[in-house]
Amino acid sequence: MSPEIFETVIGLEVHIQLGTESKLFCACSARSFGAAANSNVCPVCTGQPGALPALNRRAVQLAIRAALALDCRVAPRSVFARKNYFYPDLPKGYQISQFEHPYGLGGALEIEADGRVKKINLERIHMEEDAGKLMHDIGGEKLDGSLVDLNRAGVPLIEIVSKPDLGAPAEAYQYLTTLKTVLQYVEVSKCDMEKGEMRCDANVSLRPKENHGGRLGVKVEVKNLNSFKAVQSALEYEIERQAKVLGSGGRVAQETRLWDADLRQTRCMRSKEEAHDYRYFPEPDLPPLAISAKWVEEVRAELPELPQARRRRLREEYGLSAYDIGVLTAQRALADYFERGMRSQTPPPSAKLLSNWITTELLGRLNAGNLEVAQSPVSTENLAALTALIENGSISGKMAKEVFGRMWSTGRAAGDIVAEAGLSQVSDDGLLRQWIETAIRENEKAAADVRGGKTRAVAAIVGAVMRESRGKANPAKVNQLILEILK
Amino acid sequence: MALSEKEIEHVAILARLEISAAEKTRFGKELGQILDYVEKIKGLDTSRVDPTASVLGDEDVFREDAVRLFPGAAALLDNAPDKEGPFFKVKKVVE
Repeated sequence: MSPEIFETVIGLEVHIQLGTESKLFCACSARSFGAAANSNVCPVCTGQPGALPALNRRAVQLAIRAALALDCRVAPRSVFARKNYFYPDLPKGYQISQFEHPYGLGGALEIEADGRVKKINLERIHMEEDAGKLMHDIGGEKLDGSLVDLNRAGVPLIEIVSKPDLGAPAEAYQYLTTLKTVLQYVEVSKCDMEKGEMRCDANVSLRPKENHGGRLGVKVEVKNLNSFKAVQSALEYEIERQAKVLGSGGRVAQETRLWDADLRQTRCMRSKEEAHDYRYFPEPDLPPLAISAKWVEEVRAELPELPQARRRRLREEYGLSAYDIGVLTAQRALADYFERGMRSQTPPPSAKLLSNWITTELLGRLNAGNLEVAQSPVSTENLAALTALIENGSISGKMAKEVFGRMWSTGRAAGDIVAEAGLSQVSDDGLLRQWIETAIRENEKAAADVRGGKTRAVAAIVGAVMRESRGKANPAKVNQLILEILK
Repeated sequence: MALSEKEIEHVAILARLEISAAEKTRFGKELGQILDYVEKIKGLDTSRVDPTASVLGDEDVFREDAVRLFPGAAALLDNAPDKEGPFFKVKKVVE
């Protein structure tokens, strides 16, 4: 049997760190990435006897915001539960999570796959605390024990569980990209995967195409997916592996597999028989979480425009290309930068021109310097003013690049730099005519050609004027004047 | 009804308890009695009673999102059975 007779069914579980200052149940910092091990711990997150959790209001607020951005219903009452298991990354012997009664139900995310929009439904979203970090070796050197850093323990997370609506690894990739953009837009999380702020586990199974819509095949959970690319590669590998097993008449074992990015393959981590039996029960130290309709509406009112709506508006309002819109809206800060720039000038600059400068020069330099949009030394007002100078012919595109370079290094306004350096493009007839007459004398052959009707020869004279003026002459104007003089 | 030896072994593994053969029989019987009692309670009509997830009451109790570093972090580490540098140290676990 060939793999083509199977259809792929994928569901994703994504953990997102909520962008709070402090942990979910204690006042330790939630942003200790890179801090000294165990410098950010207290009796609550190290599970000392008698220590009690106190719920972070901001974490709940951000969780509600995520739910609303994902079209998810917020339950008026949800219950925290203890998920019991023994592992040293979890000092209490249980993780505080939500189980039977999560705070968010249903929801959906629209993704673009193969040029069309596909709706991926969500199962649920729940809140939980993160676990600590274990180290088994230091720089390749094996240790005689495992080392535990609890700085991360207790950091607030939401887990977003999709329905098995994803039909291909590429769709999983799109889903994750879209999810990340949405959550960054609404400022629920920075979703920095390198800092573990966004993590993903994938469930994948195959079933014969003729069973479409029927019973699902045995699913395998794949863990250790550290990038969107890893998710896609691991799923591709796993689909091929399962198709081989099924194709040769075998059965897929229900198990958890780890993705090994170096070997580019998955390997069995534990089978279902060994899987943990978590013995969930309601957390007795926390009352059920009541989220009033009023609170939900308050959070909804603060919700910014979502990426999809913004893409549509940018197309209608500014007539930008799909490519430009894609680049600008990939980060909310960049789209904000663009729109603030458009509003900063009267009349507004050319949207296409400003967008070009942002997506090429500005982004190029930001990326090269590993900078956020907010850290740009060139303010959006100044960049918009620069494009206005190009538009009204004050400076040429070539000069503008030089001016931009100086704006970047000094943070100063375009107009000041242009005026000070005498870069302003010369459109004054008198001066231009002087340059042109010199250029004609030095290029007699070209001048004769132009007089004889070979207007293309004008380029040589324009070039001479540009050299003479050290690039300050307005080339269009020069071109026009030469043709007049040599008529 | 007493729990089977297999069920007791499963629960003991989950709870990381080592128990003797005699204890398996005893705990099987005792846990069975507790579960029988739960069965008896289950017979009550609770159709007009809300499920109780907590006895603390339904009031939300929140903490504002402010960082206050615990001054005794180093002492927490010192209280651990074993440590290495700034880390808690435990028996090797590899999953």
